[in-house]
Amino acid sequence: MNENEKWAEFLGGMRAISPLIAAVIPIGLVFGAVAVTKGLSPVETALMSALVFAGGSQFVAMDIWTHPASWTSVGFAALLVNIRHVLMSASLGTKMQAFGRRRRYFASLFLADEIWAMAESRAGLARLTPAWFAGLAAPFYLAWVLSSFAGATLGAFLGDPVVLGLDFAFPAVFIVLVTGFWKGSETGAVLIASGAAAVATEHFVPGVWHIAAGAAAGLLAAVASGSRRAEVTQ
Amino acid sequence: MTVDFSTLVAIIAMAAATVLTRLSGLVLVWHVSFEKSRRKVIESIPPAVLMAVVAPTAFATGIAESIACAVTAIAALRLPMLVSVALGVLCVALLRAATGE
Repeated sequence: MNENEKWAEFLGGMRAISPLIAAVIPIGLVFGAVAVTKGLSPVETALMSALVFAGGSQFVAMDIWTHPASWTSVGFAALLVNIRHVLMSASLGTKMQAFGRRRRYFASLFLADEIWAMAESRAGLARLTPAWFAGLAAPFYLAWVLSSFAGATLGAFLGDPVVLGLDFAFPAVFIVLVTGFWKGSETGAVLIASGAAAVATEHFVPGVWHIAAGAAAGLLAAVASGSRRAEVTQ
Repeated sequence: MTVDFSTLVAIIAMAAATVLTRLSGLVLVWHVSFEKSRRKVIESIPPAVLMAVVAPTAFATGIAESIACAVTAIAALRLPMLVSVALGVLCVALLRAATGE
């Protein structure tokens, strides 16, 4: 691949992620504003966004933040909230043939939900290249870190994003992406199992177990429908 | 503009946990071979995970969110992503205003 093609791939990734960048900036501003009310400085807030780069777990950490901070409780919470990343990196790992080994690991450090989901849907349409992935990850990462820093600095001057419905941008994007993974009734079984388990778990268990529970139920449904098919064909 | 020591340790603990989850899946597939049936299960990971993240918003948050999720899903069948997302956001903002939530 020559330089021009790489550049075109990079721009293609940027184009794909652009609506999500528009959605992540308000969330980053809110995260920064919340972090300041918990006693973090703007630099500490930006540092967390830069090193953790996983919005869900960062919001959960703010929920349980204490002074001085308890590294065990926020560390465990991050592990729990982000356990889905094991599945995500396993899944995308099978689609990174164009990546060298070292690049594979480096790219996986940036597997936020949005980047991962875009990369998955790209891999369904074309060969996923490192340049295209960089086009996704670089601007999204910068937008997250800078907007949380800005939110921490501006804090009190921001309006309520809930009134504008901006908090809904992420669920909406995920719904659009789910429709893109539809492959017939087997996908239906996975979605029903995952959705039902997630809603039930969220109702009865505090915290963020619903993501792990829903993902596990969806996979079980896939295994079950796979083995049923095997019986039929035997 | 200072960085508190206990805050720094907490951030590093969070980062370590997240890096662990992001790399371990990759290590897993790198060392395990995948025949067809397992590949099928791996292909169902994206919809399963996305659904688990979205389901509480779609079905257990409120009527505004449920309707907006349905609108977004229907729009996504025909319209480009950005348009579908914009419709969903607009829908939730209007319904929240109307229901006073």
